[in-house]
Amino acid sequence: MDITEFYETFFEEAEELLGDMERHLLELDLDEPDPEQLNAIFRAAHSIKGGAGTFGFSVLQETTHMLENLLDYARQGELILRTDIVDLFLETKDMLHDQLDAYRNGAEPDPEAFARICQTLKQLALAELGHGVGSEPDADIASSERAAGETESPAGSTVGEETSEEQAQGGQDADADSGWLRVVLLNVSDKDRELLVEELGNLGTVTEQHGDAARFEVVLESASSRDDIEAVMCFIVEPEQLDIAAIAAPTETAQGDAASASTPAVSQDDTPTPEVPAPAEQTAAPAEKAPAQAATDDKPTNAAPGNKGGGAKKKAGAESATIRVPVEKVDQIINLVGELIITQSMLEQTASELDVAAHGPLVNGMNLLQRNARDLQESVMSIRMVPMDYVFSRFPRLVRDLTGKLGKDIELVTEGKSTELDKSLTERIIDPLTHLVRNSLDHGIEMPDVREAAGKPRTGQLTLSAQHQGGNILIEVKDDGGGLNRDKILAKAASNGLTVSDAMSDDEVWQLIFAAGFSTADQVSDVSGRGVGMDVVKRNIQAMGGHVEIQSWPGKGTTTRVVLPLTLAILDGMSIKSGPEIFILPLSAVLESLQPSNDDIYSMAGNDKLLKVRDEYLPLIALHDILHIDGSEQDPTQCIAVILQAEGRRYALLVDDLVGQQQVVVKNLETNYRKVPAISAATILGDGSVALILDVADVNRLHRQRANSPKHAELTASRQEDVVS
Amino acid sequence: MSDMTQAAEAAIDTQSQEYLVFSLGSEEYAVDILKVQEIRGYENVTRIANAPDFIKGVTNLRGVIVPIVDLRIKFHLDKVEYEGQTVVIVVNVADRVVGIVVDGVSDVMTLSADQIKPAPEFGETLSADYLSGLGSLEDRMLVIVDIEKLLTSEEMALVEQQAQ
Repeated sequence: MDITEFYETFFEEAEELLGDMERHLLELDLDEPDPEQLNAIFRAAHSIKGGAGTFGFSVLQETTHMLENLLDYARQGELILRTDIVDLFLETKDMLHDQLDAYRNGAEPDPEAFARICQTLKQLALAELGHGVGSEPDADIASSERAAGETESPAGSTVGEETSEEQAQGGQDADADSGWLRVVLLNVSDKDRELLVEELGNLGTVTEQHGDAARFEVVLESASSRDDIEAVMCFIVEPEQLDIAAIAAPTETAQGDAASASTPAVSQDDTPTPEVPAPAEQTAAPAEKAPAQAATDDKPTNAAPGNKGGGAKKKAGAESATIRVPVEKVDQIINLVGELIITQSMLEQTASELDVAAHGPLVNGMNLLQRNARDLQESVMSIRMVPMDYVFSRFPRLVRDLTGKLGKDIELVTEGKSTELDKSLTERIIDPLTHLVRNSLDHGIEMPDVREAAGKPRTGQLTLSAQHQGGNILIEVKDDGGGLNRDKILAKAASNGLTVSDAMSDDEVWQLIFAAGFSTADQVSDVSGRGVGMDVVKRNIQAMGGHVEIQSWPGKGTTTRVVLPLTLAILDGMSIKSGPEIFILPLSAVLESLQPSNDDIYSMAGNDKLLKVRDEYLPLIALHDILHIDGSEQDPTQCIAVILQAEGRRYALLVDDLVGQQQVVVKNLETNYRKVPAISAATILGDGSVALILDVADVNRLHRQRANSPKHAELTASRQEDVVS
Repeated sequence: MSDMTQAAEAAIDTQSQEYLVFSLGSEEYAVDILKVQEIRGYENVTRIANAPDFIKGVTNLRGVIVPIVDLRIKFHLDKVEYEGQTVVIVVNVADRVVGIVVDGVSDVMTLSADQIKPAPEFGETLSADYLSGLGSLEDRMLVIVDIEKLLTSEEMALVEQQAQ
């Protein structure tokens, strides 16, 4: 039995709490702070402190302790919050995060940083409140309680930080805090129970324990309050499983060692109480005392619904509705379901050759199996989906910090927070998005004076939005700044040795900024402009199977659109045939398919062929040329042309035949092999054979490369720079 | 006396290894049996365009996509046929699963260290780098291939090389 088993739970929970804290701090309206929000921030700090104490993370505990005290004053209106104070709190939050990371990696946090933040927090307390934090008195009773709490319980007994309601209760409440508590554990497994009892031992003295897994009673003599015990224990059990009540000292124990039992309460409390009477009075006193204490004990929770008790319960309700599962487990289920689907379609193929009349029940069963398998697949896939809020929630902080640094006035608007995206993609999209947002803040949106001069509101607007578009998610970063400067980009591109001409379309010019080492910022700031970035952004997004486009209007702003597939595990595909081979095209890239007639095929510069579709001339690419397939139809008019769109370019792909549409499970080719040109991945067909999934953009690239070589080799090389993924 | 036999057995245990013997044409080769995952028939291989000719393609091994390499083509053997006897040895090297096509699998043999002679520095097609040695068994000679080194080598083009 080892307490370290619970470290991970604590780290995750603490991380969530820090996230909550940051969100509330950012949302806080400084002119009229919402008491609920202040409470929430306080609670977060409080819970982290409790856990940190339990696990012996003393630096983390002390930092949160100081922060918590300040927050407590803020909550009671004694500390008036200002922007710089919130900044300091945010900085402290970052520090806590670093400390948490350090503990997570089994290291001790940076002592210098700790000393610095302590100093800053103390200074703030001195400047704002005229006294320090941590041990200075703010009220007589509170101070005594705090002293009792700190000396007795290393786990961060927080009596002193309890609310004013409690202070009002004075000595009576102090009794409850430094007396006997009965902790009832409901439905706690043996393993957890052992640990909890051990934990309770750290908070006070366990004098009695009995019961079974369903109901286990521990009698504890402790100076800690109910809330503290609950805060410590809720890292292991749910609050519903816990019932803590103050009781009178049990007779037999008190008689046995009355002296030791009474010592902590009496010696450390300013107000001596009748709580632990002489052994002679013992039998009479508890009877009177018990109901009275039960009443006082209930009071704080009832009187202050926004207080810790209420908050903890609310949170617990949300928690019990979710479970934490390692991603590998989910991935394993997804793989297995993928196998199931393949087996199911194999069976289906066999069953379809049977006579329906003779095998009616089998066919019915197959249909049922198919439906169930699809439903199962959908539900399993939805496990991986998380809302975009997960990504967007980290930007308010970034915008706030950067606007301050840059001296700009910018409002962040987020839309479509609930749009869902595969978890693995959300994690990988954060860095590219951060880069785009930084760019917009730094280069896009102008300084307030410049904006005013241009007739725009002083406050710039940055919009982050997400929406579903077919099987894709469209994420937009939109600013209402000055837009991209065409001439500047062209000049910069020319000086970087890229092949450019004034005749290039806007779209082509915007694409240039994705080339490596490209930055048009006049000055390199520490926010952005070092010339690394946009090429990395593009490469990362392409690696996720997505693409990025830029639209820009001079003086009006820039919009960067990132299109990503919703998930990487499953693909809606169209199977096509060329010669004897079957390939899968991602359905999201397919616009239409048609049989070309000779009149619509034009040739250009010898080998290049163009297909006229309505009023557009599209490059005509034969799949069998690109992939060297033998035995394919050579006559284009006998082929099917599939019109595809990738990275904003359209082309027609000549294939022999369309086979059908189906959902396919994407299998990585690189697990056991390597990246193959023009192929993005593989899948397994109903008959158990492998089919390759075409990389629509790469096919086009391969074609252009061949068409261009060798005479435009130089141009190709320079283009390659921005397309290599 | 019994001590001595035990010591001798221990010595054999540490020095001898089991090898899977397979044939390519009339030549006999051997690979460390611990690298072999399974042996299966040659079927249902999907060709990969623009790959070297000895990479036959990929196949589905219970849901895993596995590349198939034909060592006969790689070693420039005259006769490359796919018939009933043609088998694929699925090996596990460097955290990858790869299938190698061979003409047949004969047996599993234990070779002790003194039966393995160093490989001479020769060979245009099969560099000595990829050989662990030559096993001599009465009148037979086994070419012991370091399959991991061979399959992860640059010339096999199976693994993406770091410097690209």
